[in-house]
Amino acid sequence: MNPFTTLAARACPLPLANVDTDQLVPARFLKRSRATGYGGFLLHDLRFGADGQAKSVLPLDDPRYKGAQILVARRNFGGGSSREGAVYALADFGIRCIIAPSFGDIFSSNCVMNGLLPARVKESDAEALLAHLEQFAGAAINVDLEAQRIVCGNRVYDFSIDSFFKTKLLNGWDDVDVTLSFSEEMQAFQSRDAAERPWARPIRADRGD
Amino acid sequence: MRSQPLSIIDKLWESHVIVARDGGDCLLFIDRHLLHEGSFHAFEQVRKRGRAIARPDLSFAIADHYVPTRARAQPIANPEIARMVDLLARNTGAHGIAHIGLNDPRQGIVHVAIPEQGLTLPGLTIVCGDSHTSTHGAFGAYAFGIGASEVAHVLMTQAIWQKKPKCMRLRVEGATMPGTAAKDIALTFISRVGADGAQGHAIEYAGSAVRALSMEGRMTLCNLSIEAGARNGLVAPDQTTYDWLKGRPFAPKGESFERAVEAWDKLASDPGASFDREITLDGGEIVPTVTWGTSPEQALPVDATVPDPSTHADPARAAAISDAIAYMGLTPGGKLSSIAIDRVFIGSCTNGRIEDLRAAASVLAGRRAKVPGLVSPGSSSVKRQAEEEGLDRIFREAGLEFADSGCSMCVGINGDLVPPGERCASTTNRNFKGRQGPGARTHLMSPAMVAAAAVTGHLTDARELLEGRA
Repeated sequence: MNPFTTLAARACPLPLANVDTDQLVPARFLKRSRATGYGGFLLHDLRFGADGQAKSVLPLDDPRYKGAQILVARRNFGGGSSREGAVYALADFGIRCIIAPSFGDIFSSNCVMNGLLPARVKESDAEALLAHLEQFAGAAINVDLEAQRIVCGNRVYDFSIDSFFKTKLLNGWDDVDVTLSFSEEMQAFQSRDAAERPWARPIRADRGD
Repeated sequence: MRSQPLSIIDKLWESHVIVARDGGDCLLFIDRHLLHEGSFHAFEQVRKRGRAIARPDLSFAIADHYVPTRARAQPIANPEIARMVDLLARNTGAHGIAHIGLNDPRQGIVHVAIPEQGLTLPGLTIVCGDSHTSTHGAFGAYAFGIGASEVAHVLMTQAIWQKKPKCMRLRVEGATMPGTAAKDIALTFISRVGADGAQGHAIEYAGSAVRALSMEGRMTLCNLSIEAGARNGLVAPDQTTYDWLKGRPFAPKGESFERAVEAWDKLASDPGASFDREITLDGGEIVPTVTWGTSPEQALPVDATVPDPSTHADPARAAAISDAIAYMGLTPGGKLSSIAIDRVFIGSCTNGRIEDLRAAASVLAGRRAKVPGLVSPGSSSVKRQAEEEGLDRIFREAGLEFADSGCSMCVGINGDLVPPGERCASTTNRNFKGRQGPGARTHLMSPAMVAAAAVTGHLTDARELLEGRA
């Protein structure tokens, strides 16, 4: 996975609260393989009518925000379903960082697994960023993960992120490789655990298997 | 030597740590990994890496999200869905993972059917690529939903990296009123703390009202933890848990069961264990509750009125309320009990268990529904039991359809949809925009409340219809 260190890119406002993962990608699209690309499904039902025609009033479809790699939204972004398709839709649309006052826990984790930064800011800072981006459509934002700092216009904002997520993003770590480097510890745990918690193994005693 | 009292969350966490790194992130061992049709994204990742499955004996798969709820003896009509159900069978078959197929008598929604098999036990870590995995916490398990990349990681390693969450305890003390249910406790809690109120936390549910809940009620409560933002919620195991588990196919047997109970009894939070946040609700103040908006936090007692955004000083909050009211087609200040509905749905991993069907049937018995509706039992076993008890007859005589088991109209991807603009009283977990179908409007409530809404055609306090009954 590519590390995330700094990002200077156009940002798009999404002045909505509780943008759940069902809205980020409606469930009916989750049958598709990732290989087909998920970008067209992003916020699909807010952006397109039943006939597939664009109906969007979202800045996301405003040409002035075209090419945005950063989204700024209101509280509880990505709450709800664990579907990683929500992150695929954002990533395939070109988004690399989301700034909001709070995020769904599973969504945050899915973001980091795919190299996207969920940056948590104070509610008042999210409102200030949204106002700035609406006033100066197409403006760029600078995000510095190491310093946990956002520069927008002539203002600087701090953001928070779980230290564990931060390390993973900065290093572009692949979880599987890291885990497999602990195979000895894994073996030791399983031997010890089998003795300590014999009841934890799924055994159908009635069938003797 | 340990002197510090520990919570059940601490104990479950510590017993699964394989590696603890500086900074607090831990590699946790996973005791049970549950899979469904949606897991194909993860199998694709495993295939790309060319790796083996670490512990196929600890994974269990059931098709639930996409499966049809009718005509199950025939081949699946929708080719895309048929392919997904078949893909799960092939992916699990190729790796030697146990798979409960569509026509297996044990089939059901993973969070209903897996506990029925005795695969969910106290003291276990359980993960699944589904946010309602928190359901299994009802047994005193540490159970949480994960994304596809994490599913792939668990398949390849039987472990997961996690940072220990903060601990929250919700105590519900005192007896709850007749006619209220676990759903009402959960919706009341979510509306108080917000849909993001428990983010970053694991929740222990405690107090006399939680102890008094059946396993079904505890599963409903833990299921909805994610709707308060918590990845998992749990209840310490007790005699209610053990009585429910004893004799289940995969549960320990005989002397092994007794030894397991001895270990499980030690899981309860020690007196004086510390929590980052404690919340107490008075069980006696919990009343039948319904959602009016597009987030589970937008819930109120059924005798309340639709909120008025103009009374909110914070413009972002007012905008969220206005947006929800517009989508739901409501009027600020209108009585919730005047809201007319178009259909009802009874089912899902939240409220699709036998006790839920009994609660709905107790309202519907001898009555006719004014609107159409669907009852989809949470598992094939629940369906059989409902039929043995004659509940299917009550539903059918009321005019509702009694179908097969699956996620069905909760997530609307198997074809069971609420048509655009229609309003559905539903026992499910999410009233998100478009959740039950594009343009669908969902009001969440308990099974008895959904049944009452079916009978009157509008949102109704079920207690009015339960007088002299139940």
